[in-house]
Amino acid sequence: MSKQLLKGNEAFAEAAIRAGCEGFYGYPITPSTEFLEYMAKRMPELGRAFVQAESEVAAINMVYGAACTGKRVMTASSSPGISLMMEGISYIAGTEVPAVIVNVMRGGPGLGNIAPAQGDYYQMVKGGGHGDYFPIVLAPASVQEAIDIIGVAFDLADKYRAVVHIIVDGNMGQMMEPAEIPPMRELPKEPPKWAVTGAKGRKPNFLSSIYIDPVEQEITNLRLLKRWLEIEKNEVRFVESDMEDAEIAVIGFGTSGRVASSAVRSAREEGIKVGLLRPVTLAPFPKKRLEEISKRVRRILVVEMNSGMMLDDVYAVVQGRVPVEFYGRMGGITPLPDEILGEIRRVATNKIPVNGDARQQWISRLEKIIPGGKA
Amino acid sequence: MIAPAQIDHTLVYQRPESFTDANTHYCPGCTHGVAHRLVAEVIDEMGIREKTIGVAPVGCSVFAYKYFNMDFVEAAHGRAPAMATGIKRVLPQNTVYTYQGDGDLASIGMAEIMHAAARGENITVIFINNAIYGMTGGQMAPTTLAGMKTTSSPLGRDVELSGFPIRMSEMLATMDGAGYIARGSLHDAKHIRKAKKAIRIAFETQERGLGFSMVELLSSCPTNWKLTPNEALDFIAENMVPVFPLGEYKVNPEIAALKI
Repeated sequence: MSKQLLKGNEAFAEAAIRAGCEGFYGYPITPSTEFLEYMAKRMPELGRAFVQAESEVAAINMVYGAACTGKRVMTASSSPGISLMMEGISYIAGTEVPAVIVNVMRGGPGLGNIAPAQGDYYQMVKGGGHGDYFPIVLAPASVQEAIDIIGVAFDLADKYRAVVHIIVDGNMGQMMEPAEIPPMRELPKEPPKWAVTGAKGRKPNFLSSIYIDPVEQEITNLRLLKRWLEIEKNEVRFVESDMEDAEIAVIGFGTSGRVASSAVRSAREEGIKVGLLRPVTLAPFPKKRLEEISKRVRRILVVEMNSGMMLDDVYAVVQGRVPVEFYGRMGGITPLPDEILGEIRRVATNKIPVNGDARQQWISRLEKIIPGGKA
Repeated sequence: MIAPAQIDHTLVYQRPESFTDANTHYCPGCTHGVAHRLVAEVIDEMGIREKTIGVAPVGCSVFAYKYFNMDFVEAAHGRAPAMATGIKRVLPQNTVYTYQGDGDLASIGMAEIMHAAARGENITVIFINNAIYGMTGGQMAPTTLAGMKTTSSPLGRDVELSGFPIRMSEMLATMDGAGYIARGSLHDAKHIRKAKKAIRIAFETQERGLGFSMVELLSSCPTNWKLTPNEALDFIAENMVPVFPLGEYKVNPEIAALKI
């Protein structure tokens, strides 16, 4: 198949179908709605399940039920809708059934707006629901990368019986790009042994997140933790460019990482020795690679479309080895390549050691460029 | 020596195959056990145990999965109809049912039950209405009768402050997607037999793809009602039945013609 001009949300939906998604349960919310609309048309054509639920709460519990049958199932939503799903996501994680959840993030908190943002980083990467569990979080940066990663997401969910989040922002959900969708995968003939399918000729299967005895719960949480450590060992993914001789490392994910890559290219043309690390798995975070980088660069610049959330994960890895600076835009504003280029230039020429909190310094720079920004 | 008399052993009563031999955790006099048994007997009689998937709720029947000998999942509070929807849509050939109490179904799960019925989901719901939150120790439920004392309505439910009991069967019967809606009671043998028939019809409705089916069962909670088991059964007949009238509220014509 050749490349076509595809709209993000629709392409992701078709990619999910090609990866073997047999059930989609969702609720309309901007900027992810086209995902649901596409599924509404396409899933019945293939004899697969589609339900427009009465709420995100119901949608995720439908995903939960369907996930217990061992079939590949998913939902897609946007920030406030994902908040409503968090209870169910915790149950899915606690029951150890696979599910894929796409969050096309928008500006928040609260009702916020429908513009692209990355403010759900903490919620998605650190869990979001209650209790001890660890979701896998994938953050693609283009329509093509998102298409390809949906198949990966289902494979990881099945392999580890885990929740896999794909987080993109409204930019990627809404924009059109040339991309290629992979061929249709064959559906599995047999359900996994643990699935509820009717106890025909076997002992009943029971799937739940209930462990009334705290000892049993602790054993379960230990199992989840060990599985997570296995995931940390095996499943880290990142994209890197111009890092060999870099003195400055720019770190960004998703759209902010993509905008940063343009800025890094421009800065290279100006002769600035700068490289880019774009984590594709935010969880597990590319800790080892970042640690290596932090041992040989002069400065790190973290770029996000939030108030500096991944920044905390970077701090935790870098541990003061090298000054870390931050540049972010919030509330639905996507930074321009020139803004980040300006930041790279500033960092490159700044010989003074960075004192204090990177966030604090960023606020004073940001306030100067936002009209009426002095809050 | 006297030869023992020849006795003709005819088995007249035994544990249904759909029931496990676990001891239930239910309080003495609670009718959950009766409701469980009726469901297990119906599933046995219909020969559908091996394709049935049950959805347990949060509440007193949270451990229902221990007592039913079939595939089971455990839902979040109130979400059993959504979970059942998810299962049934990807496994339409299986029989899927939920077992829910009044707090689960008529309070926190109101949206899920109404929309499952509106969509005509081919699932069966067994709804235990005992007018109280049992598992948390006797708080006011959406079905608690006016004036009834609970730990969260200690002076009796004041309808001015906390509203009126909700009649779920009547509401759900207005849904075009519902194939069978009935309310029965478990307070005496006659009504238990009727309740079993209703449960059978509900599962037959699902097997025929005639839409959503629910049987509401008026049940006792001697512990939290602070009554003896017998008094609690009388309470159902005298106080609950007048507020929650018994009968079939919606019967799909195709199922009405069925002889059970």
